[in-house]
Formats: sequence, C-alpha cells, structure tokens
Amino acid sequence: MEKQTVLYETHKSMGGKMVPFGGWDMPLHYGSQLEEHHQVRRDAGMFDVSHMTVVDLKGPQAKPYLRYLLANDVDKLKTVGKALYSCMLNEQGGVVDDLIVYYLNDDWFRMVVNAGTTEKDLAWLEKQATDFDLTITPRRDLAMIAVQGPNARTKALSRVSEKLQKAGAELKPFNAVMDGDWFLARTGYTGEDGFEIMLPGDQAESFWQSLTDAGVVPCGLGARDTLRLEAGMNLYGADMDDETSPLESGLGWTIAWEPEDRDFIGRSVLQAQRKDPEKQRFIGLVLTGRGVLRNHLKLFDGDEPVGEITSGGFAPTLERSIAFARVKPGTGEACEVEIRGKRVSAQVVKPPFVRHGKSQLS
Amino acid sequence: MSDTPKELRYAKSHEWLRDEGDGTATIGISEHAQELLGDLVFVDLPEVGTKVEAGGDCAVVESVKAASDVYSPVTGEVIEVNESLDDAPETINEDAFGNGWMFKVKLDDATELDSLLDADAYDALVAEEDH
Repeated sequence: MEKQTVLYETHKSMGGKMVPFGGWDMPLHYGSQLEEHHQVRRDAGMFDVSHMTVVDLKGPQAKPYLRYLLANDVDKLKTVGKALYSCMLNEQGGVVDDLIVYYLNDDWFRMVVNAGTTEKDLAWLEKQATDFDLTITPRRDLAMIAVQGPNARTKALSRVSEKLQKAGAELKPFNAVMDGDWFLARTGYTGEDGFEIMLPGDQAESFWQSLTDAGVVPCGLGARDTLRLEAGMNLYGADMDDETSPLESGLGWTIAWEPEDRDFIGRSVLQAQRKDPEKQRFIGLVLTGRGVLRNHLKLFDGDEPVGEITSGGFAPTLERSIAFARVKPGTGEACEVEIRGKRVSAQVVKPPFVRHGKSQLS
Repeated sequence: MSDTPKELRYAKSHEWLRDEGDGTATIGISEHAQELLGDLVFVDLPEVGTKVEAGGDCAVVESVKAASDVYSPVTGEVIEVNESLDDAPETINEDAFGNGWMFKVKLDDATELDSLLDADAYDALVAEEDH
C-alpha cells in the first residue's frame, strides 16, 4: 500500500492520474502532461511535493554537524532564511541524497530531502549525529506545495498571510521567510521563478483550492520531470546515486573545497577523484536525429562505446529530445545514440537547456 | 455506453483494424491505448513495402513517459503509412480511431480477421484490465 499525501483526495477529484512514486501515490498528470509543462513555462502551475520530507535540525551543534555531513558548506549561510543546495555523501564519495538546507538561526537548520530516500536519509542522519548535540525531527505534520512559473509569485502571494505577502514580495532567490508554521521559499525545480511553500497539513487542501481560484493550475510529476530536465537539474536515483560522486554527475559546483581544513564525509575520496583525468564527464545531449532519448541508452563515437544516458526525455519547450549523460573524457561535440538497434546522431551541449521560458541552445 | 466503434476489429495488444473490403486494412491504436500512453511525441512507422506478421512489432509510439511497440494485427504488406504523424504525433491522442490511423496493409489471408475481437469483446478486455 502506497502512502498518500493530505492532498490525495483533492488530486483524485481534480482528475489526477495517480501512480506510485517513491512509496507514495502521486498525480502523474491531470489530463495532459504537455499542457501542464507549458502552463508552468508560460503562466503558473502548482505541484504537491508533500511526499518530500522536511527535517528540522535543532541544537547548539547543528552547524558543526552539517559542516561535517554535507559536501557544501553551511558556513556560507549568513542571513536568516538563506538556502543552500548540497549533496550528502557516504564515505566512498557516493551521493546518499541531494537536498536543500535552510539557515533559520544558529541552533536551527531545516532541510528538505527526497521522498524515495527518506528512510535511508533519516537513518544516515542519526548515525552521523552520535557525537553532536542536536535533535533531528522529520516534520510529517507539514505539507509542501511548489508554485512555479513567471506569474507564480504574484498569484501565490495573493493567497497568503499579510506578513508573508509583504516579506515574500521582497524575497530574493534562494531565500525563505516564516510565519508560524508557514514557510515560504523562493526556490523550485523547474527553471522558472516561484515559491516552495510549507504549511500545516490540515490547511493544505484549502490553500490548494485557493491557489486554483487564483488561476494556478495543478500539475503532476510528469511535467515536473520534463521541466527539471530542461532546466538542467539532476534527478536523484537517475543522474546520481550511492555509487556515483558529485564530480561524475555534473555537481562539482556544489562541493565546497575551501576551507581546506573542513573535514566532511567523502572528502578524501573526492579529492583523489578531482585529480583523476580518467574520471567520467557529465554532459547535456540534444538529439539531432529522430526519436526520444531515454534513460540508459548507450552512446557511441564510431564503433567505440563512450557512455550512457542517465536521464532523458522529450523537451516540450524545445520540441526536441534532450538528456543528461555520463561519458568518457575526451568525448567530442557529437556522438551517436543507439535507439532500438539504430544509431541516431546527438549533439553535446552544456545544460541548462531552458531558463525562464527561453531556450539556451544556440 | 462505450465509444468503441462497432465497425472496427481489435487486437488484444490494443490496435484497431478497419477492413476496407478490398483485401486491405487500415490499422491504428485504440483510444484506450492512447489514453494509457499519454501525450505522444514521436511515432516510428514501418516503411511502405515492409512485410508484417500478425502479432509482430512493426511500429513504435513514444509518449512523454515511455516508448511502446505497436503490433500488426494481421499478416501482409504495408502499402501506405500516415506520414502526417511524423510532424503531428498528437493526432493519435486527438483522434485515435480516425485521423490518427498509422498504416495500411494488403492482407495475405483475409480469414485472419475472424480471429480479432469485436467492439464488445474489446471493451470487456479493457474493463478486465482495469481491475
């Protein structure tokens, strides 16, 4: 039996096609995945992301704990509400999960982790916490709704408390503001402007309805995936996992190497990898021939196998197929993809593919 | 009441077939199939002149979600394909039983049609799969 978010019945009543995802029954789409994708690129859409887990880390040693736990450095977070994207690594440098962590005060940080990895993450968090003075609390009482698109902020702000309205209008990207148990963050997973909003679970249904009344359209996991792919954002479990390091997954930019004396889990392995010229590269691909790029398709340069697609699909904004791939060093600007026994040509590009509604392809 | 056209025949693998009465048949995928697949973004059709076998895969439809094989319900030779689907695969979503047709086959053996399902039997199959 899959778990249900507090919005499960609402999704069903709005025509959501429910599918199992990461242990949860979630809406794949409400009719057309393509229309939902365009809705977010052109106006405003919303996603129930309550399956993801909010974890509060409180205590005098929350900060030193996170500086040891995460590959990025929470010491960069100097102002209240500031957010940081980071990988959490195992001792081998593999990615346990990718997450966002918010600084709320010196004794209080909040992170948001993936749904499918939640149990593993919580066990890992507890295991690493033995020498630190802090409490780790999954906030199962909170729901989370992402409102995304060029008009998302205006529409969402018209439906929140006066305090959040005021502070939310001033909010810079990658910052958050709180009002009681409501938490408004200018973050997202679509490449568009917008908010991710945490709120008490028992208010989620009425807030979802209120957003609908404001003209925000419900969108499912299908559109969420094509939007994040176009935006050049990695998907845990496909583009990186326990076996691959951030350096092999295009996430080198999320590793804080300085200060050199900060020890974090996985650091020594990453440092050795960093100097290894044979380490695989992570690239973007655009299909120039006909077809659709899918996860695990093999790449070739002539007869030589050069790599594999980690996640791919159809990009509705570009009306072409795109993908992320892991390839051998030295792979050039073009390669071939094997689709059902046939070779189809593809071009190597630097993600993101789409930003704020516009193609980044030259 | 079902909207499954009575004049068509159906395969268990969710293709439909229209007997043109002149030894040829037109083939597509059913409304139920397109609904399961979701928005289609790519169609790979067989080439004209290809020999197809009953139950053999001969085309591919890809939606935003996944790729899916299309099987020929009958044995014969492909005599025409719906080339407009190359640029507008969504036609199948919009009109699976009409403008979304995929290819036409010259039948080797017209008696093969007798083994296909009629609309009622196909509806029963779909209802069963839903449970």
